[in-house]
Amino acid sequence: MTTLQPSTFITAGGRMKRLLADSSAMTWRGFAQWARTPGQFAVGLAFPVMMLVMFAYFLGGGMAVEGGGNYTEFLVPGMFALTMAFGLEGTMTSITQDINKGVLDRFRSMPIAQSSMLVGRSLLDMINSAASLAVMVGAGLLMGWRWHGTLTEALAALGLLLLLRFAMLWVGIYLGLVAGRSELVQAVQILTWPVVFLSNAFTSPETMPAWMGTIAEWNPMSATAGAVRELFANPGWTVTGSWVTDNVVLMAVVWPIALMLVFAPLAVRKFTALSR
Amino acid sequence: MHVPDGTAAIVAEGLTKTYGEKEALNGLDLTVARGTVHGILGPNGAGKTTLVRILATLLRPTSGHAFVAGYDVTAHADEVRYRIGLLGQHAALDEELSGPQNLHLFGRLYHLGSRGAARRADELLAQFDLADVGKKPVKQYSGGMRRRLDLAASLIMSPEILFLDEPTSGLDPRGRTEVWNAVRSLLESGTTVLLTTQYLEEADQLADRISIVDQGRIIADGTAGQLKSRLGADRIDVVLHSTDDIEQATTIICRATGADEATPDAYRRLISAPVKDRMSALSGVVRALEDAGVKTEDIALRRPTLDEVFISLTGEHHGDHNTQEVHA
Ligand SMILES: Nc1ncnc2c1ncn2[C@@H]1O[C@H](COP(=O)(O)OP(=O)(O)OP(=O)(O)O)[C@@H](O)[C@H]1O
Ligand SMILES: [Mg+2]
Repeated sequence: MTTLQPSTFITAGGRMKRLLADSSAMTWRGFAQWARTPGQFAVGLAFPVMMLVMFAYFLGGGMAVEGGGNYTEFLVPGMFALTMAFGLEGTMTSITQDINKGVLDRFRSMPIAQSSMLVGRSLLDMINSAASLAVMVGAGLLMGWRWHGTLTEALAALGLLLLLRFAMLWVGIYLGLVAGRSELVQAVQILTWPVVFLSNAFTSPETMPAWMGTIAEWNPMSATAGAVRELFANPGWTVTGSWVTDNVVLMAVVWPIALMLVFAPLAVRKFTALSR
Repeated sequence: MHVPDGTAAIVAEGLTKTYGEKEALNGLDLTVARGTVHGILGPNGAGKTTLVRILATLLRPTSGHAFVAGYDVTAHADEVRYRIGLLGQHAALDEELSGPQNLHLFGRLYHLGSRGAARRADELLAQFDLADVGKKPVKQYSGGMRRRLDLAASLIMSPEILFLDEPTSGLDPRGRTEVWNAVRSLLESGTTVLLTTQYLEEADQLADRISIVDQGRIIADGTAGQLKSRLGADRIDVVLHSTDDIEQATTIICRATGADEATPDAYRRLISAPVKDRMSALSGVVRALEDAGVKTEDIALRRPTLDEVFISLTGEHHGDHNTQEVHA
């Protein structure tokens, strides 16, 4: 009855074939879920747009950009970075739901490539976040935001944003596996807010108390937001910056990679330790 | 590494599983013959789920070995996974997806291909009377439908060995009967079933052999009949006219039957005691109670139930707390 038998998976090629087949089944599952709950999917896409509109129009009037410049042009790239950072919650919630509903256990009792659970999750979350980013770019353009650099720079900016999201993915998987059935999810959801606000997404860290400003400058999300502003040639923060602000593009590469180097192995270790 | 005994579907040798200080399994040995239904009977926290999770490759034992379908569960997990179905204690379904979509997904993950998975899903939906629920997401299913779908999902591969962890907990009598019938029909296809349960009736109804588990080890096993006869052949049940006499009557019955203990149940005004010789016990109890002036409503002799075997073996006081063991 089966087309693939255990003997198939002894060879590397056979194992690869299984990983691809299983990952695509996992991805199909995600698409089917989105198709069944289009409202939820749409709300997910609309939420960052709503935040963008709120900050631009309700608060934007009172905000001045350091060194002059249009607040919307300053805000939009910050909101891009924020949208990517918030992806962490989505990943974490999906993982804990699969644990709670027992689906993860069913998957684990099946003869699948066990890594397909993580590969499928990664693919789905990256696709979702890319869609979210596309919607945000559209909303930004409608609100008058433009990029002033070259197309290559703009693409590099989008790449850095997705890189941040990919790092958040591993943090999310790890936290989701750690949280499991506990209440940690809510704690993380609440804690995400101060972390994203303690950044340069909405305002320049120089307007904050000194110690807070320093944290905000070193916030990985600030690195991505700052780098993206630079690459889009949007108004950024001050010229008389610290070391981080001067090397902001470098930091936007280093930070996500550092996070991944820490959290990807932790996540994989935690995942294999489910059987302990 | 193959187990030499080719006739056994499941072999566990000295399985232990510790969580910190807690010993969930404590040197458990088990052999289940192919094509049989084996009941694992035990109270809450006995280690039933832990055992099933180890056998289903979800958990590694702290020590000991387990072989399923001849394969070591830790060393050859994939081989085992191709041959087992698992119905966990709680439903393991994607709540957002419909029943057919769930079965399709799992079928694809069993590598049936998209078309093969769809065909198998249709078969199972028809078999489990779920064909007409169609597009509804699983979260709108009733408990019984969910359990049936869950069972269908664990049968996608027509597994050699099926693990059922408390398959009927939380179901109404109709749902329970449905699951029982489904399990019985599996036996015709030669599937080996390992069934855990807290319901003695369920083990009695379905299982060829029963192992009683308590505190992580098997404390008795055999057929339902063998287990029943371990508790003495027969019991005498005396229903009193008034609860006031219960203590006095318990003492009298113990003396008349020569039993070490009798079980008084104040709520039902019932005293139950094991007897050695049916006729002399009956007449002895009747006479002794009459002499003491204790009025009775009913006196009967009967075979022990599995409940009593279970209670006497695990030392647990199940049912209402009016039931107490009295040692004479
Ligand atoms: N992950 C865990 N961490 C710590 N203790 C655990 C864990 N899993 C199980 N235990 C403990 O191990 C013991 C056996 O648990 P198990 O779930 O196997 O029992 P069970 O027989 O299935 O009980 P029930 O009838 O309630 O389902 C229990 O005392 C339980 O508290
Ligand atoms: Mg259990």
